[in-house]
Amino acid sequence: MTDAALLSVSRVTKRYGPRNGGLTAVDDMSFAVERGEFVSVIGPSGCGKSTLFHIIGGLTQATEGRVSVEGEAITGPHPAIGMVFQEESCFPWRNVIDNVAFPLELAGQGRASRHATAQGFIDLVGLRGFEQRHPSELSGGMRQRVCIARTLAARPRLLLMDEPFASLDEQTRMLLGDKVLQIQQQLHQTTLLITHSITEAVQLSDRVIVMSYRPGRLKRTLAINLPRPRTADILVSPEFGTYVAELWNDLRQEATRGLAEAEG
Amino acid sequence: MSATRWQQAAPALGVLLIVALAALLQFAIRADWVDGYTVPLPSEVLASLPRLFVEEHVLARFAMTAGETFAAATMALVAGLAFGIVLYRWPRLRAAFEPWVAVLAAAPLVLAYPLFLVLFGRGPLTIVVIGFASALAPVILKTVEGFAAIRQVLLQVGRSMRLSPAQEFSLILVPAALPHIFTGLRLALVFALINVVGVEFLINLGGLGQLIGELSERYDLPGTWAAIGLVVLVSVLFFVVLDAGERRLGRRR
Ligand SMILES: Nc1ncnc2c1ncn2[C@@H]1O[C@H](COP(=O)(O)OP(=O)(O)OP(=O)(O)O)[C@@H](O)[C@H]1O
Ligand SMILES: [Mg+2]
Repeated sequence: MTDAALLSVSRVTKRYGPRNGGLTAVDDMSFAVERGEFVSVIGPSGCGKSTLFHIIGGLTQATEGRVSVEGEAITGPHPAIGMVFQEESCFPWRNVIDNVAFPLELAGQGRASRHATAQGFIDLVGLRGFEQRHPSELSGGMRQRVCIARTLAARPRLLLMDEPFASLDEQTRMLLGDKVLQIQQQLHQTTLLITHSITEAVQLSDRVIVMSYRPGRLKRTLAINLPRPRTADILVSPEFGTYVAELWNDLRQEATRGLAEAEG
Repeated sequence: MSATRWQQAAPALGVLLIVALAALLQFAIRADWVDGYTVPLPSEVLASLPRLFVEEHVLARFAMTAGETFAAATMALVAGLAFGIVLYRWPRLRAAFEPWVAVLAAAPLVLAYPLFLVLFGRGPLTIVVIGFASALAPVILKTVEGFAAIRQVLLQVGRSMRLSPAQEFSLILVPAALPHIFTGLRLALVFALINVVGVEFLINLGGLGQLIGELSERYDLPGTWAAIGLVVLVSVLFFVVLDAGERRLGRRR
């Protein structure tokens, strides 16, 4: 099955039992991510994005459906997938370089060699000079970059990120978006990014998957035909604006519904 | 003075306070506000130290009490981590047994010393076992508390990287819970020391506890107080070592 998509999600449904609220968080979602592609999943808060993230990462069992990597069904965490969590997840007891080198340590690499490799990823995310710092001495954006570098250091074939910049301010988020573009260009990293930011999704993606709110269904897929390599300049291009407007149109109804339900 | 300078000066300040209190006591006894027959002069307590060293083998006793305490606390640490991980992994066991462990922590186990004598004989083993038994509960409680307080997302990182249970234990659970484990270890040393000295005193065997018993029976009050001071010194020693260890392992989190 060499021509199977890198990631294939087919008819995945997640229902929480009556004891957990009896809710269908993800409903019959199907999509695929090809090698080298950058795909975003976008949807309003509470629509089931993190649930989908945990299912693809093999941390949660889907109620129905199947997730496969290169044709191989996922039953638990898969070595081809590297996860960056929504919540900040650096190890506070390790300094930056030992955080980033963590997966290499697991693989049994010696100290010198894993530090050399880790250094490359630290440079890549723009944290050179902070190798010996501990997470408590870094800003939130820097910590999230440490987490990304740590995940990249394992050389996953699919980078899976759940709103990695959600807790950051607007400027930092845009700068980190640039960083992700750079990483994408240098590593040709296949990426599935979960986000609720429309601009982020358009700026970074080849394709955007829009989720509906309750039940969390695939509402539409939008191909972003902006040229690569991309820079921050595209943020002001008219095509960019068109894509953003189109996505906002889709999302507005969902977000409004979500808000109304949350308040009602 | 800057904050760090203050921090450096703090231990000296503590010693100074002790010295000042002793001086005050000295003065109070001399002025007959305090009965010199029940409370010996601090100067006499200090003067009795050379005598204790020469006549009572204080160094050997100090080493014995410290060694027994260390052995008991170390055993409590190892066993406490093991029990801690079991109670953490199986929440039902935790719900069932944690209250009993808390009760055990408060129980004056030392009163059961005759039972331990029967089981382990009248020797250092009994002393260490009683010290261990009294130190175990706080380590278990603190360890479980530490494990339970770990942020879920750190464990999820471990799962996503497919750690084995042993790797999860040594690479995530223990380092994340280290501050709690150190608190447990501190309590363990305190509980172990109290009980080791108590049993030495009760069964008239071994280290500083026995010395305190003997000296007080001889009405050698300055000697008794000096020996008690040496017990305090044992715990000061442990705390200094532990502080240094914690600073090395758990800096800047
Ligand atoms: N373990 C669980 N048990 C019961 N319900 C859950 C559980 N986890 C999530 N849910 C519910 O499933 C729905 C989707 O949650 P999820 O965290 O996937 O949303 P999200 O899209 O990631 O939201 P956000 O953008 O705020 O992170 C929510 O209504 C949530 O309350
Ligand atoms: Mg989420």
